[in-house]
Amino acid sequence: MELTATTTIRKPVSEVYAFWRDLENLPTFMAHLEEVRTTGDRTSHWVANAPFGKDVQWDAEILDETPGEKIGWRSIGDADVPNAGTVRFVPAPDGVSTEVHISLVYDIPGGTIGKAVAKYFGEEPHQQLDDDLRRLKQVLETGEVVRSDGAPWGKRAREEFPQRPAQPLSDAEFAKGAEA
Amino acid sequence: MRANTWAGRNKVEVRDVPDPRILNRRDAIVRITSTAICGSDLHLVDGYVPTMQDGDVMGHEFMGEVVEVGPGVDPERLRVGDRVVVPFPIACGACGACAAELYSCCENTNPNAGIAEKMFGHPVAGIFGYSHLTGGFAGGQAQYARVPFADVGPLKIESDVADEQVLFLSDILPTGYMGAEMCDIQPSDVVAVWGAGPVGQFAMDSARVLGAAKVIAIDKEPYRLEMAERAGHTPVNFDEVDVRSRLLELTGGRGPDKCIDAVGLEATHGSAHIATYDRVKQAVRAESDRPHALRQAIMSCRSGGVVSVIGVYGGLVDKFPAGAWMNRALTLRTGQCHVQRYMKPLLGRIERGEIDPTRIITHRLPLDDAERGFELFKNKQDHCEKVVLKP
Repeated sequence: MELTATTTIRKPVSEVYAFWRDLENLPTFMAHLEEVRTTGDRTSHWVANAPFGKDVQWDAEILDETPGEKIGWRSIGDADVPNAGTVRFVPAPDGVSTEVHISLVYDIPGGTIGKAVAKYFGEEPHQQLDDDLRRLKQVLETGEVVRSDGAPWGKRAREEFPQRPAQPLSDAEFAKGAEA
Repeated sequence: MRANTWAGRNKVEVRDVPDPRILNRRDAIVRITSTAICGSDLHLVDGYVPTMQDGDVMGHEFMGEVVEVGPGVDPERLRVGDRVVVPFPIACGACGACAAELYSCCENTNPNAGIAEKMFGHPVAGIFGYSHLTGGFAGGQAQYARVPFADVGPLKIESDVADEQVLFLSDILPTGYMGAEMCDIQPSDVVAVWGAGPVGQFAMDSARVLGAAKVIAIDKEPYRLEMAERAGHTPVNFDEVDVRSRLLELTGGRGPDKCIDAVGLEATHGSAHIATYDRVKQAVRAESDRPHALRQAIMSCRSGGVVSVIGVYGGLVDKFPAGAWMNRALTLRTGQCHVQRYMKPLLGRIERGEIDPTRIITHRLPLDDAERGFELFKNKQDHCEKVVLKP
């Protein structure tokens, strides 16, 4: 499965590139990621979120990189869900913003993990990636993922729909956090 | 705290809900001193805006005192103790739309942007108390509200001007003003305004402030037309006269130079069969909006004129007079109000006495009587024009 998405962020290319190049930032806006840990200059270890399939982990390596322009990576070893991605950073015509163009390829296996992944992406898989980029834009332009009373848990907003009512959280709900 | 909530179609209910808390670093909590019921709240109650949920706190016109700020709020811009009017669209101040002062199209403040994008092609800003389509933010018909990006939108009130003088800077005064501003009014212009509700009244006052030669008010409620007439505008009752003929009479056959639709998607119509056509199509969801006012504004406007739309539309309209619009070189301008753009200049006009926002207030009720306020306003009982609620 191949997914593409794009957004424009009102920050210079250098800043957007540097944020993405620090792969440990990816889970702040990518819904299916729990954690990315840098293990070397070009290598990293990725841990997926529960909805993507419990305990799905893999190692990845940056294979293709042009500073300030492009980062390309792919999973290495025997990943449960082999995947690869490319992100390109292009100066926008307004002279101040950066266009981010991302392309992800998943090699979805059979079995339980394949089912979980398919379920996670649902009928309109590109929407997950669109939402990821919306959050990237929020983080870079405003500093964090925007929360509302109806969608208080940041990157879970899409899966929370239909949502809790648009009224303040009780202490118990707040304490329970995203599991509430 | 007490808050007025949506409880299903045609039902609001004041309930006890938890107090709001800081969820993002640039949030503030505001203790609300005055809030109001907006005509657009009726679209929610009447069930024409999708994605409402039982328990949603309503209200997007409110002001009060800052009682808590998040760690990311710029202390140069906002501090605890400040008295603020809160604009209804939530804007981040940092995206491309905000840089262009298109605050109601802010690209970052709607956590449900993906849903809005499906309906509108591109997403729109978060709005307080206005469905999950615009973010699922609790509203301001309550004792307290959480205000995101509190150092961007809220206007500090530093004089001792009364709440009622400045409360409507949150929405309806800037909305009416933008409706007039989009008309690019010239001194010779006759401006016709469809709808003599609160937004229509402010569009009329703004058209006059911006220099229109004559301002016409179109409605069917005699008390609303009288209110417009008392403010110096010319009333046209569409229950009593044919609007197009009357407008031709009032403009020497030219038609109004500029037309403002301050009605939106729930228009009523003098012609029973056209009204029935739209109501039936709307009821079976073959058409989401009833655009009588918009159609009539387009047909009435003089060639080369401007039709400015500030009444709320939510989806699709039927029988849009594209031929009149195209062949007669009309300009159609619209938008949810970019309130943040207008608050300061309009505060100046209020302080200089050029506009008196209090002239439309007919009812002042405690928050706990919100349900009655909605009844009065929706059914136009007791000559209701605008309800202010006191938490």
